[in-house]
Amino acid sequence: MKFSYYPGCTLRNKAKDLDAYARASAKALGFELEELQDWQCCGGVYPLGTDEIASKLSSVRALAQAKEKGQELVTLCSACHHVLKRVNDDMQNVEDIRTRANNYMKLDTPYGGETKVLHFLEVIRDRIGFDELKKKVVNPLTGKKIGAYYGCLLLRPGNIMAFDDPENPKMLEDFIRALGAEPVVYPYRNECCGGYISLKEPDMAKSMCQTICESANGFGAEMLITACPLCRYNLTKTQLDLPVYYFTELLAEALGVKEEALK
Amino acid sequence: MQRIGVFVCHCGSNIAATVDVKKVVEMVLLEPGVVHAEDYQYMCSEAGQAKIGAAIADKKLTGIVVCSCSPRMHEATFRKCAERYGLNPYMVEIANIREHCSWIHKDMQEATEKAVILARAAIAKVNLNAPLQAGESRVTKRALVIGGGIAGIQTALDIADAGYEVDIVEKTPSIGGRMSQLDKTFPTLDCSACILTPKMVDAAGHPNINIYTYSEVEKVSGFVGDFTVDIRKKARSVDATKCTGCGVCQEKCPSKKTPSEFNRGLGNRSAIYTPFAQAIPNVPVIDREACLKFKTGKCGVCEKVCQAGAIDYAQQDEIITEKYGAIVVATGFDTIKLDQYDEYAYNQSKDVITSLELERIMNAAGPTKGHLERLSDGKAPKEIVFVQCVGSRCSDDRGKPYCSKICCMYTAKHAMLIRDKYPDVNVTVFYIDVRTPGKNFDEFYRRAVEEYGVNYIKGQVGKVAPQPDGSLLVQASDLLDNKQIKMKADMVVLATAIEPNQGVRNIATMLTASIDTNNFLTEAHPKLRPVESPTAGVFLSGVCQGPKDIPETVAQAGAAAVKVIGLLAKDKLTTNPCTAKPDELLCNGCGNCAKVCPYGAITYEVRQVNDHGIREDRRLANVNSALCQGCGACTVTCPSGAMDLQGFSNRQLIAEVDAICR
Repeated sequence: MKFSYYPGCTLRNKAKDLDAYARASAKALGFELEELQDWQCCGGVYPLGTDEIASKLSSVRALAQAKEKGQELVTLCSACHHVLKRVNDDMQNVEDIRTRANNYMKLDTPYGGETKVLHFLEVIRDRIGFDELKKKVVNPLTGKKIGAYYGCLLLRPGNIMAFDDPENPKMLEDFIRALGAEPVVYPYRNECCGGYISLKEPDMAKSMCQTICESANGFGAEMLITACPLCRYNLTKTQLDLPVYYFTELLAEALGVKEEALK
Repeated sequence: MQRIGVFVCHCGSNIAATVDVKKVVEMVLLEPGVVHAEDYQYMCSEAGQAKIGAAIADKKLTGIVVCSCSPRMHEATFRKCAERYGLNPYMVEIANIREHCSWIHKDMQEATEKAVILARAAIAKVNLNAPLQAGESRVTKRALVIGGGIAGIQTALDIADAGYEVDIVEKTPSIGGRMSQLDKTFPTLDCSACILTPKMVDAAGHPNINIYTYSEVEKVSGFVGDFTVDIRKKARSVDATKCTGCGVCQEKCPSKKTPSEFNRGLGNRSAIYTPFAQAIPNVPVIDREACLKFKTGKCGVCEKVCQAGAIDYAQQDEIITEKYGAIVVATGFDTIKLDQYDEYAYNQSKDVITSLELERIMNAAGPTKGHLERLSDGKAPKEIVFVQCVGSRCSDDRGKPYCSKICCMYTAKHAMLIRDKYPDVNVTVFYIDVRTPGKNFDEFYRRAVEEYGVNYIKGQVGKVAPQPDGSLLVQASDLLDNKQIKMKADMVVLATAIEPNQGVRNIATMLTASIDTNNFLTEAHPKLRPVESPTAGVFLSGVCQGPKDIPETVAQAGAAAVKVIGLLAKDKLTTNPCTAKPDELLCNGCGNCAKVCPYGAITYEVRQVNDHGIREDRRLANVNSALCQGCGACTVTCPSGAMDLQGFSNRQLIAEVDAICR
């Protein structure tokens, strides 16, 4: 199984480990991530302006390149996944954006949203299967009580992201169970961490994350896992000392490839 | 050649202000077959009809065209008029120059031109009309009521009191329906059971009412006045003729872990059970899925303890076939599933409940014996939050687009009852709008606010978050104060949207009764025929037609009964002669028409035909004209053009189109 892979800027910088653990884990699980050539920043935030296509073009380039290679496109960072998936939906369904983006891009064949965008977790769930993952675990994380933190970008808008039930997601809990640990379900796992508001109003993001971490802690979570570098950044700024890991780190650990990943 | 008279109506100024009626008269006189034309201010009036009568006599008319309003309005009027003056009523055609012309056009010249064209089409059709005779069919003087809730019970009682026999078919082991699950009823707060159970007893004891509980309608055939219905009487495993209703079997039954349907799953029941103490009939049912005897073969306790020897494990389902003149659908409602509304944590917390569950909790015969307590830990709640419109008035596909109508009132009722009985409990209600139209309804709601101190906040709840300490944190917005609210609650009650009962679609299909996108049965006319289905002989009672409270349901139940009585009072019914008729020489027996017929009116039979001297047996379509509603689906489906609709034959329709395109 070979997929096109879009890492995104943060994974080249602050979140190198998120990327490294993912690559090592993919290898252990038997699929290959082939990084796109000359990919550009997705912008970090899905541009809501309907009359503006420039900020959507980098995503279109990545999507079109995967199409040319005949591969599905795998993402890892929640924000990149959100932007690519929504731009892809625009290219499929919004005629005005599709026409103007193609006019600008002047591709040999116009791009119309053909590429399927998959999050790394979706590859595990839908292509590998959690049962199969469980079989490949060599260091089960037995006894660990882990709270899944989804944040908002993976889940919403539910009809476009189609990732999981936005109000009661279960995918990361199944993932945690497959690694041999115990998922802790708490009501704020799908609430926003504040995102980029932490730059302008850090106290607001802090209080949002405080609610999340206190709830998880209150229900007995010893740690949180997330797929998003920005969520992780915000969640670690609370007064609680709740460790926050990338899900790929625990995955690599359970699969026994953690050391190897960081070489 | 026909001798046709054309009568152009002014409809006061409705038509005459936009259409030059004199010009229309002048133009239609040039049409072939037209021997007379005149205009008049109100053709439908007595004087107008007299003019038609005079012309029929004087000009020896064989057909008439009335240029007036929609045939839905006055076709019957002019047909009756023609008949009175000795003309076959089916020799009358209406050219709709009001709704189709004067009302929608402004320019007089164009409108006049169009009116002439519409008249020409009608004239072309009348030229090919043939007199038709309406047939007659008999009426079976017995009614079927599907559903034994308050709607079905009331309809049955009213029909039975008028002297006709009625059968009630109820799916569950007892009649009573939703109303039997309620504690108190708004706006008078009288006990639901106290006003319902006497009606249940009346129905059970009525000499004209026969009740089939634990039974379902399985097959319906026939037509208005003459339906044949198969009813499946499911095996109770208890002989109703022997059972004394002592209840010992239920006490001794060792399998007591089945969630009680009657208590909305909040308590358990035994495998042999009557749903509630006042059940009618007071004869238990064995739930074979839960019964140890049926599951493992070992047990038989109920048989041993039954003094009457009523337990019958070998009992089989029974099919009863009965004839009816009319059928009333009274299948009621259920609350929607809340799986799509996880933000309210209904599936995550035992202390988030639906309003119907609260009814059971507040009911002295309910799972908590009427004590208001949290289901998670049995503690008395101090803060209760009500959330209105859960799944109602919903713009996405998670819920229902309509207002469930009853929730504002029952929420006010719950809030008031709780504040009355437990004054130390704070009650907050989140609402979008409070809708209380109805006699003494708004007064009732205001009492909840003004006398009982219920805290009403305009705004929707966004999230109910269970907290580690077992409480619930309710996040909401206060739209009037423009504030975000976070408040702790011990219990959250969701005013869950209601929807027609599961299975109503299946019943509607059997009855060929139409149903809307929300599974509510459609009425024949939303204002003027609200208790009749468009399918003749099928009537609607209660929430199966749309959300209703108890007073409205009872009123509609009575109205449906009156319509049934009106039908059953007739000995014969006049049938519509505009039915499909196959040409046996053209029919090739392909069967396509039978497939598209929505009324099951077409069957196939092998008959001998004489095709230009050649006698042979052929498989031919046969239309039951009593069943045929004249929809015309078969005529357009027939590949050989053998099927024709009388009064609307292919030739007539083509002639109309030709006249328009001329």
